[in-house]
Amino acid sequence: MSVVIEARDVEFSFGQTPALRGASVAVEAGEILAVMGPSGSGKSTLLHCLAGILVPDSGEILFDGAGVHAMAETERSSLRRDRFGFVFQFGQLVPELTAVENVALPLLLSGVRRKQALPKAYDWFARLGLDGLEQRRSGELSGGQAQRVALARGLVAEPQVLFADEPTGALDSLTGEQVMDLLVGAAREQGTTVILVTHEPRIAAYADREVMVRDGRVNAPDRIAS
Amino acid sequence: MSVPLTLLGLLEREPSHGYDLKRDYDAFFGRGKPLPFGQVYSTLSRLARDGKVVISDVAPGAGPDRKRYIITDVGATEVEQWLTQPVDPEPHLQTVLFAKVVLALMLDRPAAEYLDTQRSAHLRRMRELTEIKRAGSLVDALLADHGLYHLEADLRWIEMTGARLDALRKEVRP
Repeated sequence: MSVVIEARDVEFSFGQTPALRGASVAVEAGEILAVMGPSGSGKSTLLHCLAGILVPDSGEILFDGAGVHAMAETERSSLRRDRFGFVFQFGQLVPELTAVENVALPLLLSGVRRKQALPKAYDWFARLGLDGLEQRRSGELSGGQAQRVALARGLVAEPQVLFADEPTGALDSLTGEQVMDLLVGAAREQGTTVILVTHEPRIAAYADREVMVRDGRVNAPDRIAS
Repeated sequence: MSVPLTLLGLLEREPSHGYDLKRDYDAFFGRGKPLPFGQVYSTLSRLARDGKVVISDVAPGAGPDRKRYIITDVGATEVEQWLTQPVDPEPHLQTVLFAKVVLALMLDRPAAEYLDTQRSAHLRRMRELTEIKRAGSLVDALLADHGLYHLEADLRWIEMTGARLDALRKEVRP
């Protein structure tokens, strides 16, 4: 397997407060990596740097060998739109759009015609057990349904990397595990690399491997133990 | 797992032959460790001796006679008591891991690294159980969940201990 995305010695501060202090991690293509750590450890900041949302103060972010840290905002924006998918803790669906329009959004933003985008979006409803909910708006969905719609939106454009930041954090245990089961199943099916930020061990256990972020540094316990 | 009580419970469901009891035990409770036939029949003999089951009929066969067992009122009462009594909460207190952490601090060894290694081992086991849960039946999932929640509780202890190492170090190395 080859490394698809990597952080090398990344430092990032919010004003005077350091969040990452030399964080390094490499993720292989198709791998599902759990990024764990206590609150405030820097795990979400690391995810945002890897995804090109934040630009590190120093260090490198490499995606497919290209330096994301050195790209202009427009270039990083294209990368996020065309190559990455995102799922956040609270779904963050657009309330004015129907569920199926929310799922189709990444395709529409990438320039796919509505006529082609919507059927692709519809496919995901059957796949994730969301049949019949296509025309609902986010306010008419339960937390678990909304998160599955968000998952479909994250995967519809077949991204190379899916970034999931506490995707089950707002769900009860059973619903959270159902979402994770679907996420892992769909990601494996289409070979998507997943970077999953979570503080819940049971959710991290769905990943192939975990790393711990502590005080802004990445610790890979699997490698310590071996 | 109490084999006699589990077999009694299966007999409360319906009168059964030893072979059927073994089959159902292995399917629902064996988890890869089948119950030996010898243990099934010795257990049934003891239950019969103690008046908890009786033999209802004997069907002759090519091999040994097939005995059908029925649970008695005494047996049913025991099953009822067993099911309704809570299981003793086991106060593990993480004795081995606790001793390792305290000793590591006393000996000025890297306790945090030991905890990291333990966390990693726990998560590895949790991944295995999660895979069993994803691939298996609902019964498998239920059993895997039991293990997962216990491991998760251990991990919480590991996290909490990791966060308290500095304070603990001062206490054990005054």
